[in-house]
Amino acid sequence: MIQINNIHKSYITGQNSLHVLKGIDLRIEAGEMISIMGASGSGKSTLLNILGILDNYDSGEYILNGLKIKKLSERKAAQLRNKMLGFVFQSFNLVSFKNAMENVALPLYYQDIPRKKRNLIAMEYLDRMGLKEWAHHLPNELSGGQKQRTAIARALISKPKVILADEPTGALDSVTSLEMMDILQEINKTGITMVIVTHEYDIAARTQKTVRITDGLITEIINN
Amino acid sequence: MFDLDRWQEIYHVLRKNKLRTFLTAFGVFWGIFMLVIMLGSGKGLEQGITQNFGDMATNSVFIWTQQTTIPYKGFPRGRRYDFDNEDTKAFKHSIPEIKYLAPRIQAGDFRGTNNVIRGLKSGVFNIMGDYPTFNQIDPLNIIQGRFINDNDITEKRKVAVIGTRVVDILFLKDEKPMGQYIQIQGVYFLVVGIFKSKRTGEQANQENMNIYMPFTTLQKTYNYGNAVGFFSITSKDGIPVGVVEEKAIRLLKQRHFVAPDDESAVGHFNLKKEFDKMQGLFLGIGLLVWIVGIGTLLAGVIGVSNIMLVVVKERTKEIGIMRALGATPFRIITQIITESVVLTTFAGYFGLCVGVGLLELINYLLGSTGANTEMFLHPGITFSVAIIALSILIVAGALAGFIPARRAVAIKPIDALRAE
Repeated sequence: MIQINNIHKSYITGQNSLHVLKGIDLRIEAGEMISIMGASGSGKSTLLNILGILDNYDSGEYILNGLKIKKLSERKAAQLRNKMLGFVFQSFNLVSFKNAMENVALPLYYQDIPRKKRNLIAMEYLDRMGLKEWAHHLPNELSGGQKQRTAIARALISKPKVILADEPTGALDSVTSLEMMDILQEINKTGITMVIVTHEYDIAARTQKTVRITDGLITEIINN
Repeated sequence: MFDLDRWQEIYHVLRKNKLRTFLTAFGVFWGIFMLVIMLGSGKGLEQGITQNFGDMATNSVFIWTQQTTIPYKGFPRGRRYDFDNEDTKAFKHSIPEIKYLAPRIQAGDFRGTNNVIRGLKSGVFNIMGDYPTFNQIDPLNIIQGRFINDNDITEKRKVAVIGTRVVDILFLKDEKPMGQYIQIQGVYFLVVGIFKSKRTGEQANQENMNIYMPFTTLQKTYNYGNAVGFFSITSKDGIPVGVVEEKAIRLLKQRHFVAPDDESAVGHFNLKKEFDKMQGLFLGIGLLVWIVGIGTLLAGVIGVSNIMLVVVKERTKEIGIMRALGATPFRIITQIITESVVLTTFAGYFGLCVGVGLLELINYLLGSTGANTEMFLHPGITFSVAIIALSILIVAGALAGFIPARRAVAIKPIDALRAE
């Protein structure tokens, strides 16, 4: 599903150049659930951003579902993100003035699906997350777990091939974290590839494979 | 395009900071309001002034005699002379460019002395001897009867056409002036017509005090021989009245032994020149109004642009989320431009309505209070000007949104997401 070869990435800030990724090779099969661990500043988030076509890379190769991702136009990138990828963020990133249902429906809005239809689909996904009652609540009326479940529903609605989660449990308590992992594992079982960035061992332990990154290089791949 | 989510977003953004939205909108409101008021007032001034010309043919020239200033052919300087009926014939004979020729003579100079009597009533009026053509050059609004006609001229009939003020002074309210006789400087005349001036204000009052009689009647009745007071002339269509003016003056000088280089012996007034000057003035006023108006509007629009930049900055993270979820740059751009256009158009439309409303109110007050409207009449803007103003607003709104929109898509999604 995902194949990256010798990816390099530097950030240039004024005179200084910060070499963040120093040649990453990784292969993630369809339906796999892997976790990426590393100290802060190790480059794990940068890697996730590149995987999510939110950021570009300097050299190397990235193939997503057989498609070479290199120097895409913003429009093409947006469409690929919309169709192929689902995002789950640490800080949920729900749109504050849209209720849960509208937030979930947002990716379909960008596919120009009529409002009625996309809201209907959104309700279905919210129902699967057990949030049907909360559909018309604004994000600030939801608990952390509910927000993250809404975000997951939003990530799922466009039927992506891959879900990228950046510290999905970082802002949640331990009980809710475990609940969230159950949901993510459940989703993975339906065949969706999942990449989770985390620094919690017990979260990482629930994935099939853990990739450890140190100073921009993969130092270790553990099969859990 | 008309998805509810789009409008929800606009509504949310504009509502989030109501005071800011209001102040921004006020800038645009004020710009278009001022533009409308200034344009309307300019129009009112123009219409007020133009009305003073009545329906006068603008391609007309008026010529009268003055004292000579240069001795010529044995005549001394300071000589007085009169035009005469022979000049009229000469004009017709030798200046084919003339369309209407109206010789006129004014009876007496009886300032302060009653010169018209009817029964126990009397008044001081201007007595004019005219040809029917005069009504083609400076038309009167004949409200009853008729103006002087050709038969009056050839038969030297003792008939008079009188103004509404003359009627008010010489007749009681329930009397019918038509067919009545009035005594003008001792001679009885039959009233055959009543007119009302097409001018406004003081000029109209003056004109309504006039009494017109056939030119030939006046000459004969009051012993003017064949003297002519002054000529009103219009040129044929397509011929500049200046050409006729020049030819007529040259002919008159020749016929009355006036030195060709005597500039002040023949008095003349070219209405076309005055009218052109006036038109130039109004063009200038109009131009100034547009420049100032557009400037004010621009200030408002820059305000909108500025605020949109702030809004984009505030929403950086939100825009980042949207882009991560698959919003294309085009979508972000159109969203922000729509916000800007909506804001400017609403504010501007409101300004347009208030401006037009105020002009209508002024118009109504001018009409109902009967204020002296000599300089100001029917202020207002035309429909096409309103449409132009609205189009300017929409374009300006789009331009105002463009820079912030570019800024919004210039932010990389990853940077936008990172912003807290």
